[in-house]
Amino acid sequence: MVPTHYYLVLAGILFTIGVIGVLVKRNPIVIFMCVELMLNAANLTFVALGRHFGQTNGQMYVVFALAVAAAEVSVGLGIIVMMFRQKETIDIDEVHLLKY
Amino acid sequence: MLAPTIIFWILALLAISSALMVVLAKNPVRSALFLVITFLAVAMFYITLSAQFLAAVQIMVYAGAIMVLFLFVIMLLNLSAPEALKEKGTLQRPVAAILGAIFITLLIFSQALLEMPTKPALANEVENLGTVQTIGLSLFSPKLPWLFPFEITSILLLVAVIGAIILAKRKLD
Repeated sequence: MVPTHYYLVLAGILFTIGVIGVLVKRNPIVIFMCVELMLNAANLTFVALGRHFGQTNGQMYVVFALAVAAAEVSVGLGIIVMMFRQKETIDIDEVHLLKY
Repeated sequence: MLAPTIIFWILALLAISSALMVVLAKNPVRSALFLVITFLAVAMFYITLSAQFLAAVQIMVYAGAIMVLFLFVIMLLNLSAPEALKEKGTLQRPVAAILGAIFITLLIFSQALLEMPTKPALANEVENLGTVQTIGLSLFSPKLPWLFPFEITSILLLVAVIGAIILAKRKLD
């Protein structure tokens, strides 16, 4: 069996790539994709640790994280569509309604 | 080197390179397609971690439903033209790279990650950890705490559906 910390380090790398994407990108759809990447990295740690301790708890958390991810994407993409209708742009730097 | 280790390295290379391409690609459609490859690699990791049910669900929900939603919105907003969003050459990129490097160093070399108890559970215990039977029994068992969150999830999905419909309405008074 592959040792558990291999999976944990891999999930850390995937999470960091997601963080960098959120920091760098200016297209909100790609930012959402990077958030999905981070969620997947977290799910991978749950499953890896669940196998490590021989319990189903880790996989249960992933089942619920999947449902939350689906809900989050549907609402978030709805917000992006509405933002595009109101501002005619999707550049995340141009959208600062809540800033001041 | 054993076969599982070789499979792990191949899948890890695939997952990390496609995740990097999600960030590096200029065109959002390409980002979405590389994200599908990452999701499939994660699904195969689930199979190697004996979580067969979750691998199938990952492919159906993530690579199927969520990615179709992403691609649909990209096509709807007609953002696939690369000149639609020019990346400005600001300080943002080097700062993000430095912060990411610091973050990954802290994450990997924090002692908590590497000083795991090195003896995992026995292989024959783990073998059917992620079958549909095991997942279903622990999801619906009244002795375990997962039944109530499962019911709450239905309310969460209902709220998400209503919210998406209201947000996507043409006129918002």
